[in-house]
Amino acid sequence: MNKTFTKIFAIFWKDMLTELRTKEIIVSVLVFALLVLVIFGFTFGAGLEVTEMVAPGILWVALTFGGVIGLNRIFAVEKENSRLEGLMLCPVDRAVIYWGKLAGSFTFMLAVAFVITPIFLALFNLPIFLPRLALIIILATLGFAAVGTLFSALAVNTRARDIMLPVLFLPVVVPVIVSAVKATGPVLAGGPWGDMLTWLQILIAFDIIYLVVATLVFEFVVEE
Amino acid sequence: MNKDIPVASTWAIEARGLEKSFGEHRALRGIDLKVTRNESLVIFGPNGAGKTTLLKILSTLVKPSAGSVWLDGIDIRDKSAQIRHKISLVSHQTFLYDNLTVFENLKFYGKMYDVADLEKRIKEVIAWVQLESRLHDRAGTLSRGLQQRASIARAVLHNPSILFLDEPDVGLDPHASAMVRDILGSINSGSRTVVMTTHNLERGLELGDSIVILDRGKVVYQATREAISEVNFRQIYDRYTETGR
Repeated sequence: MNKTFTKIFAIFWKDMLTELRTKEIIVSVLVFALLVLVIFGFTFGAGLEVTEMVAPGILWVALTFGGVIGLNRIFAVEKENSRLEGLMLCPVDRAVIYWGKLAGSFTFMLAVAFVITPIFLALFNLPIFLPRLALIIILATLGFAAVGTLFSALAVNTRARDIMLPVLFLPVVVPVIVSAVKATGPVLAGGPWGDMLTWLQILIAFDIIYLVVATLVFEFVVEE
Repeated sequence: MNKDIPVASTWAIEARGLEKSFGEHRALRGIDLKVTRNESLVIFGPNGAGKTTLLKILSTLVKPSAGSVWLDGIDIRDKSAQIRHKISLVSHQTFLYDNLTVFENLKFYGKMYDVADLEKRIKEVIAWVQLESRLHDRAGTLSRGLQQRASIARAVLHNPSILFLDEPDVGLDPHASAMVRDILGSINSGSRTVVMTTHNLERGLELGDSIVILDRGKVVYQATREAISEVNFRQIYDRYTETGR
């Protein structure tokens, strides 16, 4: 068990180190998400009514579509120089590779979310400190990363991988997006926990389902 | 089908009836191959003969459409993770991460293979490929020849008993190629089974104990190194492959 975690961490650390040096994923996702926020922010303004109506959707559009850009790179780096073959030659269960890559994509997406969200809150004149929103972001990002890592591995072997990933990923991740938007609404409006609880439960359920299914099918996705 | 060949099998590699199809295209058409322990086998063949496909199957990267492979007596379908501890692959792709240093690359792969006393082992293999002065340089900044030496260090880090070499000198200049050839020449030194594919007849004959020619997915010629000279091997190669037709 300890060895398994060591290997998952080795993959995660390798991805972190690479990203820290290239900043390919973080910068591109961050710029895209910021642009979305700014465009929507200027389009809708920051009135109370508008905030309640569209702000949750704007945040999750920015994070979801920005996330797709980042997810495209998660396995693309392994495709170059046939590094995926190098990984596949390692004496590890395929699930170890999945969890190592998942840890990386989750961390990248979460880092972007925690930069973007305060900017979003400021743009819409909302309080910056919203711990409940942080919880929603963590749960939704986990769901995105769980599905996204799997489909990133699938798309990387296709010719039109940049198009293929959103086509595969977005329909499957709709329950997470809807739950995240619905749970974010009451948080931004200052509503009680009860209003978001059902959506949080749905998020948790989908996270578990996606993690289990993706772990089981990853082997079939990456094996020739 | 016999899956229970004992581990003490005399064959380091045994393949029976290997077939591989990609859609309509049949890349391998019934390959039977036996390689004894610590032997160097060189597989020759023109482009599209199936050399890389065969090596990918033997190294567990690709599953055959039909047939079986045993490495050190173990069926690769049953215990592929266990098998991967014993094998390694060097190809013209280095599998190295450009933005990590050579040391970080080796440390990463060492952890994936549970290499004991990893830093000491990295120093050993790096000294062997004569890359000590570039150990802390990013892999992407090395020349193609130096990257290939780092790739060889990566491949032998976990001391595999079977080493697959898929055209390891492709794209190297003559000097780098000679350096890699020297390293590869000392790689088995009687304690490792080596299977190499190449187009280069002279180089292949230098390194091989036995020779196989593959054409259109079939073994068309097989001999020991002693049985052939360089001159007649070129004639044999031309006769058995498309270039000779």
